[in-house]
Amino acid sequence: MMASADTAPPRTAAVDEDFKRELVGLIPQLRAFARALCGNPTAADDLAQDAMVRAWDARASFEMGTNMKAWTFMILRNQFYSEKRRSWRQGQLDQDAAERTLLAVDNPEAPLALDELRLCLAMLPAEQREALILVGAGGFAYEEAAEICNCAVGTVKSRVSRARRALQAALEAGAYHRDGKPAGDAMRSILAEADRLGVTR
Amino acid sequence: MIGETAPAEARGTTAALDEARLRQQAIGVRLRRLFDEVVNEDVPGEFLEILRRADNRREEAG
Repeated sequence: MMASADTAPPRTAAVDEDFKRELVGLIPQLRAFARALCGNPTAADDLAQDAMVRAWDARASFEMGTNMKAWTFMILRNQFYSEKRRSWRQGQLDQDAAERTLLAVDNPEAPLALDELRLCLAMLPAEQREALILVGAGGFAYEEAAEICNCAVGTVKSRVSRARRALQAALEAGAYHRDGKPAGDAMRSILAEADRLGVTR
Repeated sequence: MIGETAPAEARGTTAALDEARLRQQAIGVRLRRLFDEVVNEDVPGEFLEILRRADNRREEAG
């Protein structure tokens, strides 16, 4: 191999192989993040596959040695919102996800405790859900989550804290039960209640 | 923990805060379990197949 004065390593097959190995290792995490965003496992795997291919195609712009997990999560998240743009508005309850999850938990065989949580998660506004997942399950620091979500650190902190309060209120109120009202109505009143209680925290 | 001499009101508040913290911890544990449940699933073969096809595009181009 020829010596080069250039400090940046050339884009060689070996660099690509390193990239690929690391990317493959991240697939389980990408699937889990996609599942948390989408709810629906099939749609989630489609999203995770799209993100994986996009990351591969953009590999030249990734600096090896930096945080590939955060980088791929950012790609996945951007992909999710660009697909969802037509129906999704910031701050809105994710009615679709809540309805889908309600249908999913109708299965009496499903383990109850995790499904309660899954359903309550699905009813959170998307930006609160992703913040809570990144920090509470994905192992990201607030600063990293802020970078992934392209927002201020304080915003992530407030979303995580609102999400936690809302989840707790929803789990305690049993809002995941069908009570004849659309899931969104039940969740809206719980979110309002959590906000009201939030002044004491 | 709380001493016997703590006023009843303070005792109640501390207990409520402890309980709230425990509930949050329980939610945190369940949240990680939900996430890890997917992380620990076997990756469907199509992921690696799709990546292999993307990689072949590079070899054809290069």
